[in-house]
Amino acid sequence: MPVALSIHGLKKTYANQLDALKGIDLYVEQGDFFALLGSNGAGKTTAIGIICGLLNKTSGSVEILGLNQDTNANKVKRLIGLMPQEFNFNPFEPIEEILINQAGYHGITRADARIQSEILLKKMQLWGKRFDMAKSLSGGMKRRLMLARALIHQPQILILDEPTAGVDVEIRRSMWLYLKELNSQGMTIILTTHYLEEAESLCRHIAILDEGLVIEQTSMKKLLSKVDQQVLILESSDELPKEITANNFSYERLDDNSLQVVLESKTNITDVLQALAKQGVSIDHVRSAQNRLETLFLCLTNKDA
Amino acid sequence: MWIAYKTIVIKEVLRFSRIWVQTIFPPIITTSLYLLIFGGLMGQRIGDMQGIDYMHYIIPGIILMTVIQNSYANTVSSFFLAKFNHSIEELLVSPVPYWIILLGYISGGVARGFVVGVGVFIAVSFFVDFEVDNLLITVITFLLTAILFSLAGFINAVFAQSFDDITIVPTFILMPMTYLGGMFYSIEILPQFWQDLSKFNPIYYMVDSFRLGFLGVGTSEFWTSMSILLAMIVVLATVAFYLLKKGVNIKT
Repeated sequence: MPVALSIHGLKKTYANQLDALKGIDLYVEQGDFFALLGSNGAGKTTAIGIICGLLNKTSGSVEILGLNQDTNANKVKRLIGLMPQEFNFNPFEPIEEILINQAGYHGITRADARIQSEILLKKMQLWGKRFDMAKSLSGGMKRRLMLARALIHQPQILILDEPTAGVDVEIRRSMWLYLKELNSQGMTIILTTHYLEEAESLCRHIAILDEGLVIEQTSMKKLLSKVDQQVLILESSDELPKEITANNFSYERLDDNSLQVVLESKTNITDVLQALAKQGVSIDHVRSAQNRLETLFLCLTNKDA
Repeated sequence: MWIAYKTIVIKEVLRFSRIWVQTIFPPIITTSLYLLIFGGLMGQRIGDMQGIDYMHYIIPGIILMTVIQNSYANTVSSFFLAKFNHSIEELLVSPVPYWIILLGYISGGVARGFVVGVGVFIAVSFFVDFEVDNLLITVITFLLTAILFSLAGFINAVFAQSFDDITIVPTFILMPMTYLGGMFYSIEILPQFWQDLSKFNPIYYMVDSFRLGFLGVGTSEFWTSMSILLAMIVVLATVAFYLLKKGVNIKT
């Protein structure tokens, strides 16, 4: 598979001597949906800033679709669409103008930009507000505007830095669907997020940054297979018996109708449900108490024992 | 590149046009008042200056003052606000060469200087009848002055860290230099020492050339003035381009 993004020994030391990136290597395949995770201050936004030309690197190299960033800066910029974490548009500009201007910076004529902006604004449910100043939009609308702006020049690589922060559930789900659609059409998407279920459900590969270093880079499947236990919550509409015999699992009684069950990797949920059924306990609902990726993330970054 | 340049210029023109009450209208009112008070009321007592009645004499200086202030104000406020609200990143992530970014902002400053200058010219026409003596000299002087002060405003915006920083230079440097550059008087009426000192003020050469274009009278050599203006433009353009390319106060 051709490489969309290749980073070698990327270092960034800020003027205050903070080593934000301590020599990272990163590879993203073309057409991938890639998660770049890390705690606040791990170096994600710095890495994205360097890739997109917003920050100067201290050393190392960045290649986009085989083009070296140092020698092909403008060609590289044409290939990337960035949706940054912070709102970075002029709040006193009408939203359609913001898109048309961004298209113009990429060499797209105003006539073509109007057509493309109409498509994107309708997709983002912002068409009715196209003449409004950007400052009048809600937080979620501003995020959608930035996504539309990132897509206006039809980039091959889309970089999303916390795209759904502050977006309500309904819009978040529709954004996920749209991003999946873009990815299925061949667009490489690199995503940073604090919603780990978002990364788990969207991304096929993942890298975890911690204190300026890549501490894990693998496929999502491989990473999740490392989880050696699962915590589930089992709910019954009937009152649970006072004593439950648990041979192949451990449990904690949460209230009269629900149990929190810890399953080791060898045990599967059917065994547990059968064991409970033999004791006259019928379970109506099963749900995960903890996101698997979250468990791993906390474990890898030593944020949880 | 041409599309990107056109986009920046259109964005700049739309920006100052949208807030015309702040950007275009006030200088027209202010300069009309200058003309009415200094030219109309006080001018009758002052008499002639270089053989021209005072009301006519101050018109070129007043128009050029608005061009200087507005060209400067446009680039300094627009580029500083783009830094402040991070919308400059829209340009930094795009394949726009730095010299196009600079040229776009400078053209925006020149455009505002032109619009306000023409506005003042029209307003002045209501008070006095006059004809432009040499349109070519007038236009060249206007253009070079507007370019020079747009560049100066751009450099100020690059270094500015707060809103205070974008008002300090216009208030404490630009305004005194404009007033002392022979806007309201001919430097010939000054004592020799102050005449010599005035010749170190670049605005003196701009006002003098503009007056030469408008009224056909001046105290300095036109080509000397143009050479000084061009040399300053080259220096400031080089500095501005270097700052932008290095990403001073824009990229970390």
